[in-house]
Amino acid sequence: MVANRDGILDDIRRSQGRDGPIDDQRAAELRARMASPTRNLLPARADLPASEVIDLFQSMAESVFATVDRVADMSAVPEVLTDYLKRENLPAQVVMAPDPSLDDAPWSDQPLLEIRRGVPQESDMVSVTSAPAAIAETGTLAMFSGADHPSTLNFLPETHVVVLPVDRISKNYEDVWDLIRQRVDAGEMGPNERMPRTVNLVTGPSRSGDIEQTLLLGAHGPRRLHIILVDTDETA
Amino acid sequence: MSGSTTHQFKENAERQLADEDLRQALTKSKGHFTGGRQNAMDKLPEFDALRDKSRDIKEHVLENLDFYLETYEQNVIDSGGQVHWARTAKDAQDIVLEICRSVGATSVNKGKSMIGEECDINEALEANGIRAVETDLGEYIIQIRNERPSHIIAPAVHLTKAQVEQSFRETHTHLDPDRILEEPPTLLEEARTVLRKKYFEAEVGITGANFLVAETGSSIIVTNEGNGDLSQLLPKVHIVLASIEKVVPTLEDASTFLRVLARSATGQEFSVYTTVSTGPRRAEDPDGPEEYHVILLDNGRTGMLGTEFQDMLRCIRCGACMNHCPVYQSVGGHAYGWVYPGPMGAVLSPSLLGVDEAGHLPNASTFCGRCEEVCPVRIPLPKLMRHWREREFERHLTPRAARTGIRLWAFFAQRPALYRWATGLQMRLMGAMGRRRGRFSSVPLAKGWTKYRDLPAPEGKTFQQQWAAQQKLGRS
Repeated sequence: MVANRDGILDDIRRSQGRDGPIDDQRAAELRARMASPTRNLLPARADLPASEVIDLFQSMAESVFATVDRVADMSAVPEVLTDYLKRENLPAQVVMAPDPSLDDAPWSDQPLLEIRRGVPQESDMVSVTSAPAAIAETGTLAMFSGADHPSTLNFLPETHVVVLPVDRISKNYEDVWDLIRQRVDAGEMGPNERMPRTVNLVTGPSRSGDIEQTLLLGAHGPRRLHIILVDTDETA
Repeated sequence: MSGSTTHQFKENAERQLADEDLRQALTKSKGHFTGGRQNAMDKLPEFDALRDKSRDIKEHVLENLDFYLETYEQNVIDSGGQVHWARTAKDAQDIVLEICRSVGATSVNKGKSMIGEECDINEALEANGIRAVETDLGEYIIQIRNERPSHIIAPAVHLTKAQVEQSFRETHTHLDPDRILEEPPTLLEEARTVLRKKYFEAEVGITGANFLVAETGSSIIVTNEGNGDLSQLLPKVHIVLASIEKVVPTLEDASTFLRVLARSATGQEFSVYTTVSTGPRRAEDPDGPEEYHVILLDNGRTGMLGTEFQDMLRCIRCGACMNHCPVYQSVGGHAYGWVYPGPMGAVLSPSLLGVDEAGHLPNASTFCGRCEEVCPVRIPLPKLMRHWREREFERHLTPRAARTGIRLWAFFAQRPALYRWATGLQMRLMGAMGRRRGRFSSVPLAKGWTKYRDLPAPEGKTFQQQWAAQQKLGRS
């Protein structure tokens, strides 16, 4: 298909009145534009002090039918999770991301809670993950694929519970792209030194309006998205 | 289903206008989309400024398209993926089939892709003994009904829930025939259960792409259901179908488009799932596809670059133009006869299918200008439709009666004195003839117009005569 490739590129160039690629100087400018990406227009909505950014995140997430609990520290998470499962009539049985940041919670406090770590099976009803970042602007969670976070945990089980330390909430999507770049540069994104294979931005539980535009939750992904916000030292 | 019926737009429209189910479905959807968009706009003061920025970024990309495509390609390869270039829809079909054969695929899952529709990928797969399953609820519904999507973001918007129920009963014959299935939640539940099984059976998952990011070699899809994600995460191979104008320079640029896309489309502030995919799964990844392929489709788009139709390549497929179009809202998407309906289809389809096939579509406009007003990338759709009308006229594709009429009118219009005299005579004559009934139910040479309504009888004076009289009275 090399002929296709060259034909398409040639046609593009001809339409611009060029015989070949753009000149070196222009190419250097465009490369520089990509090497240090500038932020375009950011909505002022999220331009708030840190504590209000957290509140904005919560209200935006709730406006798209995510549910939110807020706890003082990680030690409260297992109990809040167990209560949530009871409240929703769900089994005390979860598949959890092998994410070390979730190890800080005292899971053994809840002996009836059955936890398996790893990739979800078809029969798993509830998944528990953390999220490395979140975006206040639209109440969006950001999740990166990797050894500690199988992406299918975000989609297969009917209920997805996300444990989110509040200091991971940023204002805009652009903050998340910068975070990814920093981690890639620091070698924290695995040996490939590239973007994670999958970045999932998740805003509320799955839904569809395809039948008479009636909004229905739980189309293919989770029916419920529950976020446990965990206060951190700076915000407590 | 394959092939276009765009050349029969008038016949299609006539049939659709008589369809009661369609009337009912369109009435329900209309306010939902337009009200939703307005609501989202009201909540974001920067919305219009973001539209300007979005237009500017697309223009920048189109001016440097070869550079950004080559950069994108290199970054896909560097992250372990493969890029295939398709000149035509047939090329794209062949590439998909080749990849499927290479892994012995018998079943393919599809996330919603308009490029998939444009290339008739499902037909190509089925013809080669590979089962194609649409997983987006709307796409699934029309797939089992053997129809085309009637809207680019709400494929089954033309259907009522009763029609969906009937199709499910006819297709899901393994289920209890006495089950209750009237309301949308039970319909969704059934589709979820049926499709869930199929996710695990497919060897290949095909998705479209809303954006391709040159900086990182990533593809981005935006969905609400999560079907696109399951379709790309569970199978062994992920194929991305994308047209060449989908590339943007950076993640920051993509973010600007994401801020206008869902708001313009459904009125959501952000879609539920925005997924950035880069290459195949890494050695340390516990899940994800082992192969990642991108097919870059031209199919006539390079021919639009550098012409008056280049603006159309800014389109991000939000559907706002059709949601706000009085013609689309009356005839529905199927009348347009191919993949892209509404104002964006009226401009794009003649470019991709040729003016011989799709030349009628630019005539299906009242030129009210709503489409341009709501377009998130400010495409001057009415102007582009006018360009197509001019081309149609130049190529003698306009019907003989219309051409003769326009010529006749032009003859008089170029001779003002004659024009005044002739129109004055005509108005007096029609005024006298229509005095008794006040309207005409039939007028020679205008039967097409009077077929659906009566022509009010003129009161005897032309506009110019009335204007002159007003001027004389000092516009009192």
